[in-house]
Amino acid sequence: MAKTNDLRLNKEYNLQVLKDTFRKLNPVKMVHNPVMMVVEVGTLVTLWFTFQASNPSSRLYNGLVTIILFLTILFATFAEAYAEARGRAQADFLRKTKSTTKAKILRADGGYDVRESEELQKGTRCLVEPGDVIPGDGFVVEGIGSVDESAITGESAPVVKTEQDAVTGGTTLMSDHLIVEITANPGESFLDRMIALVEGAKRQKTPNEIALSALLGVLTLIFVLVVVTLSPIAQFYGPHATNTTTLVALLVCLIPTTIGALLSAIGIAGMNRVSQVHVVAKSGRAVEAAGDIDTIILDKTGTITVGNRMATEFLPVSGVTVQELASAALLSSLADTTPEGRSVVELAQKQMNLTQLPETEGDPIPFSAHTRMSGIDLVDGREIRKGAVSAIKEIVHGSQDELEKLAEQIARQGATPLGCAMNGKALGIICLKDVVKPGLKERFRDFREMGIRTVMATGDNRITAAVIAEEAGVDDFIAEAKPEDKIRLIRQEQSEGKLVAMTGDGTNDAPALAQADVGLAMNSGTMAAKEAGNMIDLDSNPTKLLEVVMVGKQLLITRGALTTFSIANDVAKYFAIIPALFAAVPTLRVLGALNIMGLKTPHGAILSALIFNALIIPALIPFAIRGVKYRAETADKMLARNIFNWGVLGVVIPFIGIWGIDQILGLFGLA
Amino acid sequence: MSLSTVVTWVVVICVFLLTIKPLGNYMAKVFTFQRTLLDKPFGWMENGIFRAIGVSRDSTMTAKQYAFAFVGTNLLWALLAYLLLRLQNILPFNPQHFSAINPLLAFNTSASFTTNTNWQAYSGENTMSYFSQFGVLSYLQFVTPAAGGAVGIAVVRALSGRKLGNFFVDLTLVSTRLLLPLAVIVTLILVGQGVPETLGSYLQIHTLAGQTQVVPRGPIASWEAIEHLGQNGGGYTNANSANPLENPSALSNVVETLTMGLLPVAFFYFFGAMTGRRKLAWTLISVAGSIFLIMLALAYFPEVAGNPIVNSLGLATHGNMVGKEVRFGMGGTSIFETATMAFTTGSVASAHDSFLPLSSLSFFIGMFLNMVFGGKGVGFLNMIMFVIITIFLMGLMVGRTPEFLGKKIETKEVTLASIAFLLHPLLILVGTAIAVHTPAGMQGVFNPGPHGLSEIIYGFTSAAANNGSAFGGLGAALPFYEVALGVVVVIGRYASIMAMLLLAQSLLHKKTVPETSGTMHTDTPLFGGILFGAIIVLNALTFFPIMALGPIAEQYLMMAHRLF
Repeated sequence: MAKTNDLRLNKEYNLQVLKDTFRKLNPVKMVHNPVMMVVEVGTLVTLWFTFQASNPSSRLYNGLVTIILFLTILFATFAEAYAEARGRAQADFLRKTKSTTKAKILRADGGYDVRESEELQKGTRCLVEPGDVIPGDGFVVEGIGSVDESAITGESAPVVKTEQDAVTGGTTLMSDHLIVEITANPGESFLDRMIALVEGAKRQKTPNEIALSALLGVLTLIFVLVVVTLSPIAQFYGPHATNTTTLVALLVCLIPTTIGALLSAIGIAGMNRVSQVHVVAKSGRAVEAAGDIDTIILDKTGTITVGNRMATEFLPVSGVTVQELASAALLSSLADTTPEGRSVVELAQKQMNLTQLPETEGDPIPFSAHTRMSGIDLVDGREIRKGAVSAIKEIVHGSQDELEKLAEQIARQGATPLGCAMNGKALGIICLKDVVKPGLKERFRDFREMGIRTVMATGDNRITAAVIAEEAGVDDFIAEAKPEDKIRLIRQEQSEGKLVAMTGDGTNDAPALAQADVGLAMNSGTMAAKEAGNMIDLDSNPTKLLEVVMVGKQLLITRGALTTFSIANDVAKYFAIIPALFAAVPTLRVLGALNIMGLKTPHGAILSALIFNALIIPALIPFAIRGVKYRAETADKMLARNIFNWGVLGVVIPFIGIWGIDQILGLFGLA
Repeated sequence: MSLSTVVTWVVVICVFLLTIKPLGNYMAKVFTFQRTLLDKPFGWMENGIFRAIGVSRDSTMTAKQYAFAFVGTNLLWALLAYLLLRLQNILPFNPQHFSAINPLLAFNTSASFTTNTNWQAYSGENTMSYFSQFGVLSYLQFVTPAAGGAVGIAVVRALSGRKLGNFFVDLTLVSTRLLLPLAVIVTLILVGQGVPETLGSYLQIHTLAGQTQVVPRGPIASWEAIEHLGQNGGGYTNANSANPLENPSALSNVVETLTMGLLPVAFFYFFGAMTGRRKLAWTLISVAGSIFLIMLALAYFPEVAGNPIVNSLGLATHGNMVGKEVRFGMGGTSIFETATMAFTTGSVASAHDSFLPLSSLSFFIGMFLNMVFGGKGVGFLNMIMFVIITIFLMGLMVGRTPEFLGKKIETKEVTLASIAFLLHPLLILVGTAIAVHTPAGMQGVFNPGPHGLSEIIYGFTSAAANNGSAFGGLGAALPFYEVALGVVVVIGRYASIMAMLLLAQSLLHKKTVPETSGTMHTDTPLFGGILFGAIIVLNALTFFPIMALGPIAEQYLMMAHRLF
């Protein structure tokens, strides 16, 4: 995971969380969560019985049950309010930058009017001057300037924006001036989308969440059925065989309150984790789909590789040592400030174990298209040249064949050879290569383990592509790829039932981004690409796609784990409550044999089970917010481990927990 | 364990293991219309039927059409059966001159036999004419399991990516290619064991004690064959397979046990052969099989240990033999009863009422789960229902939208499966609650305490599971139960079958997702274990409270020396 800018919740938010926790008790708002709605109705029932109780001990028992039930609901509403507040903290931060913005709207005569940025319509042109906040999403129609995007991306280095580049509302122009055409109507900008998404208030349920809610609803219905029919069935043993308050307690213990309380918090927190890695998802559905991805198509340059060629090796001709070649390459590159030149210096330093650069005097010869060489004429008379192998071959005496052979060998690896000579004597070849980003190979291996295929798309020829593909450890590659090839690949994979994710930034990527199930557009990309994708990476780092996939998977795992845990918990609760439930019926006292936890009194047993049921909710909030930890492995291995962690332990833990709570209640004379 | 018990069990289990594969493969051939040996003797007859009703062998229906054909046909049968029973007195083959069946009993009986439940609120030998037994009830015992099997076949076709098929074609083929040939073989074996097959009237016998006794007889052997082959379970006589004329020997007992299980067990393999996922089929067979073995142990060992009260008096010699037939012994009885509850047949070779409370849990488990192979086809549908729910609950933990057979399980499938799951407890719990809560319901309870409650629960469970066996001691002939149980059998039969048909069609129309290492495999011992655990936990959570009030309380009370 990338470093997250986890905003700490300050006092203001704490108060808001508290308010929301209670506001969410409103039955009208509770209806969307049938599990907790049942608890709320149950609380009212036990409250009624508390007031109706005929003796103090009965009142105490009913009262305690009511309080615990009420706490159970509060924990649930708190979890949701807390998750929302975290989102809102992030959103408010964004909104602050937004609300203070003034827009300078250009008039036909060249002057401008100052308006609130919220009033901007699509197509409006605005003037942005140094220090101004860019008033809305759009693209540059005139000018060039450096923009500080840290408000959105957290990246402090300014980005240069020129004509046709997309700019984001809320970012600040640092120098020069720009004319920006607004492309989003009020309420539709990225900022608005991001705010809406992280806040979670107007969140739409995702498909999987709807399916899970349906199942939880039916399970709840079954338990309502079990408990509601238990009362008349138990009347077989006499008219007062069961106590209504205890039945409500049993019902609340059985229905999946744990997952019911945390389900929406899990969803909100999932969206939050996406925005914490600076990705704006246009819908929750897209994040969930990311977890299901089968194939990821990644561009080579900039995504899999660093994007610049770097020196990776010195290959001297016979009679020359590596040290000599490295030394010459170093000297010739001292004045070269291109990334390539710097990489030669770095490699030479490493090769020669230098900590400092040598001080030399000389006359640098810059690269020219004519000579296809650069180098340095040192004061001591040494003339060092490096450049295209064919050019170097012409200025050296002998060793041409050897240079040629080395160059070919390097080209076969998909790398670029650079000749190096001193005073007309060939020294050797510097190998320049586009290198794979560190850590990616391991990432791709993880993905393979999880059944996700990675495909590299590159404009390079087959040979070069094959080498890089091999180095990066991707499963497949398409060489000499044109944008149409990507779409064809996506369609083909989709026709096999696979879900495909890809990244892109150019306008010609737009159709492929739209076709893909998850299309991550770069914020630095064109407007068309951003419109076509269903996610936008504010950092414009295509590798981020891998993290989004992880977040999607974690979202589903967390839901599954907490659901399994919730249901597994019920086993122990039965053993606590069933013997206690019928303790008042003489014939059924034998059921005390089922009290395998040795809980002291019937009321104590029921209270212990209820307290456990309530406390498990806040105990699991961290899992809901952060997501269940997982590692890259095959589905079957993951299943085995999670079944043990959440299923098997889900059965065992409550036995221990309920027994422990009963012991503590005993200390206070309540059990 | 006695030698005879071991031999009986091993023979039964081995025959099942040996027949699973050939029978399953044979079914796959028949229902994909490939050549089989029986094409010659039956092909012309089937073609005649298809021509008469105007369908072709390879025509297909949508799930809705299939369900409509299924329910419509059943409704027609039920109406016809009702009429014929009401008119029994004027119809032929009535040598004992039995009168017409009263309206409530006729409703209950036609509902119960049409739904393949075969709950009997009457005793056959004192109520039904030969025509009613043979022409009405035996006919229904033939066609209704064929209809249930047909739906199962349609679902398996859909799961294997084929079109659902035509209900009438499947109905015909199940009858001609499976039930008819097997029924002939079983009838001959049973006749060999001494089971009567006659249209002659009841025998008047002068006993050694000098009295006269009427011995009911009739076309019993053929009745027994189809009764068990179709998991019907309605006895020719009230004593059902405990009657020596229905089940005369230890061998006939084994034959009837096998007859019940052959098709349901092979049906699981049929699914494997059709989908090409034989390993998955074996996984499901292992899950259902291990529950079968648990039920068998539960029905046997407490009985052998005997009643602790009797034991403490020093009277025990052979365990709890009350209500059991000496000719089958403990071993034969336990495997017959386990089979009849597991395969939802509902015929009995002993009095379930007389089993110890702990053993009776075995019977309840069979009916609650309703998928320990279950009725052929229908039991498999229930298994698939649990598989879908389990996959959805646990499958999320691998970080993908859960899949089954390469199809994504989404809202529609989960909703249909969970509704099918909900119906069973709904019928049982609400039915029992109403019975306990109304004087009419309590009127039928002859035993006090937990045993009486168990009898009510058993009645509704048997009806909801379309099992049809009774716990005795319940006045099933009371109007309340005739109506209530009649309604329960109907809902229990059709609602969940239709949900599963729709589910299968929904899966059929989905894109197949390719399998990767990110896919949760369902054909592994791991998944088998999870499925087993999920089935036990989900059902325990649903039924534990009423079991605690019934058999579990009774068991503890018995251990405390109180009997009911």
